[in-house]
Amino acid sequence: MKLSMTPKQKVTVAVVDYGLGNLFSIERALKHIGADCLITDNKDAIINCERVILPGVGAFADAMKGLEAKGLIGALNKIAEKKVPLLGICLGMQLMMTESEEFGRHNGLGLVCGKVVRLQETPSLEARTKVPHIGWNTINGSDGSRWEKTMLEGLENGEFMYFVHSYAVMPDEYSCVLATTTYGKDKFCSVMATGSIMGCQFHPEKSAEAGLGILRKFVFNNFDGYA
Amino acid sequence: MIRIIPKLEIKGPNLVKGIHLEGLRVVGNPRDYAASYYLDGADELLYIDVVASLYGRNNLLDIISETAKNIFIPLTVGGGIRSINDINNILRAGADKVAINTAAINRPDLIKEAANRFGSQCVVISIEAKRREGGGYEAYTDNGRERTGVDVFDWAKKAVDLGAGEILVTSIDREGTGKGMDVDLISKISESVPVPVIACGGAGSKEHFLEAINKGKADAVCAASVFHYHQLYSKDMDVECKKEGNIEFLSRDQRVRKFLPSTIQPMDIRELKSFLTEEGVCCRVLFKQKQESEVKHDA
Repeated sequence: MKLSMTPKQKVTVAVVDYGLGNLFSIERALKHIGADCLITDNKDAIINCERVILPGVGAFADAMKGLEAKGLIGALNKIAEKKVPLLGICLGMQLMMTESEEFGRHNGLGLVCGKVVRLQETPSLEARTKVPHIGWNTINGSDGSRWEKTMLEGLENGEFMYFVHSYAVMPDEYSCVLATTTYGKDKFCSVMATGSIMGCQFHPEKSAEAGLGILRKFVFNNFDGYA
Repeated sequence: MIRIIPKLEIKGPNLVKGIHLEGLRVVGNPRDYAASYYLDGADELLYIDVVASLYGRNNLLDIISETAKNIFIPLTVGGGIRSINDINNILRAGADKVAINTAAINRPDLIKEAANRFGSQCVVISIEAKRREGGGYEAYTDNGRERTGVDVFDWAKKAVDLGAGEILVTSIDREGTGKGMDVDLISKISESVPVPVIACGGAGSKEHFLEAINKGKADAVCAASVFHYHQLYSKDMDVECKKEGNIEFLSRDQRVRKFLPSTIQPMDIRELKSFLTEEGVCCRVLFKQKQESEVKHDA
């Protein structure tokens, strides 16, 4: 699949609808940056789009059940196989991992090796960190040229993004970790990328202009040759 | 990371502002104010329909979807929310969270139902607190008009137990006065609940924000007057309003200043955040302000 894209070309982004989460803000953000958006639970439609977004808010196990019930797990594996750029947002990013420890142990899609773990609460009143982690926080790790030719290209180290989550991913391979975020005692992976598989723990569609910038790169950058 | 949240009170098609949650005056078009706050680095926006019971809901839904089209930060909407269906409609229109007061006091299980259905992160319980003569605070409803007899701190704890993800506490005594925030109220709420607390009511100066954060331990501060008046005076807001409500206030002449309580020092969100940052408060500062031109005021 050869894709050489400039913002002028038409790109259709499938937003996988498996019955969880608010998909309207993702749709609005995609339209705003000039992409076509297709909210769908149709396997064939998903497989034929140029980009796929796996959203999600809620519980890991429910989400996996939702994907399974709609027969979408196969479609997502196919997307990964075809190297169609796939972006998991928030819970969608966590679903890409091998397994999660949210309320027991549950298998994920296994597109990225690693697990999903709970953030730690810090109860001391002086430096209290509350879980869920809700609000703005910075992403770090640009280290010179690391973000070039990724969806973080052009962002400043320490850019602010909007988070709402209690769990975070821990990829086995550190090379998958594109950016980290510190919250209380935790320093977690806030952006991951390995080949065509990408994820961000925050909500780019709610992270003002910096977040829209990430979506723009995801939709219009050419990710061919990154494996 | 402290959040700064402008509050936009909506009446019919207009943005309004009152004192002690009463005596509403029209200040402009909510869309223009929202767009401006977004560019200035507001961390979230709070929309409150102050007369939800008098108007149909469609009006509010239209305002939300217009806003959500060009504003990519979290949006919380409150006012007259009574059912799961109301919440669903508001989220579909583009809100990320809902703020519930009256309906939750009348039927606390609504909190549980909403949290189960949409997640705790989208359920904000709004508490209007009024200081009791003999000490303590009582929760009010209907924009400070109705007493409930419920103790504010007991209610906050109960709401969180039922699944509330955040508590928005507004001091009715201070609301719209600019006389400073009720630090005692805010700190007691912050100590009572493990979820983020948004403090509202009484901010007139930058120091007031700092107090609510440092002494009150607020996770977010919400304000209206200081930001709205700044927009009105220095940004030359286009005040084309629907002829409805008290718009006399808007005629930009000497009379305008007369309405402004001397305690309110209008400020820009950027100025406020620079001040807070210098004072050691951790808050989000914009890296790129040049992208301003990219946000259009969609007609």
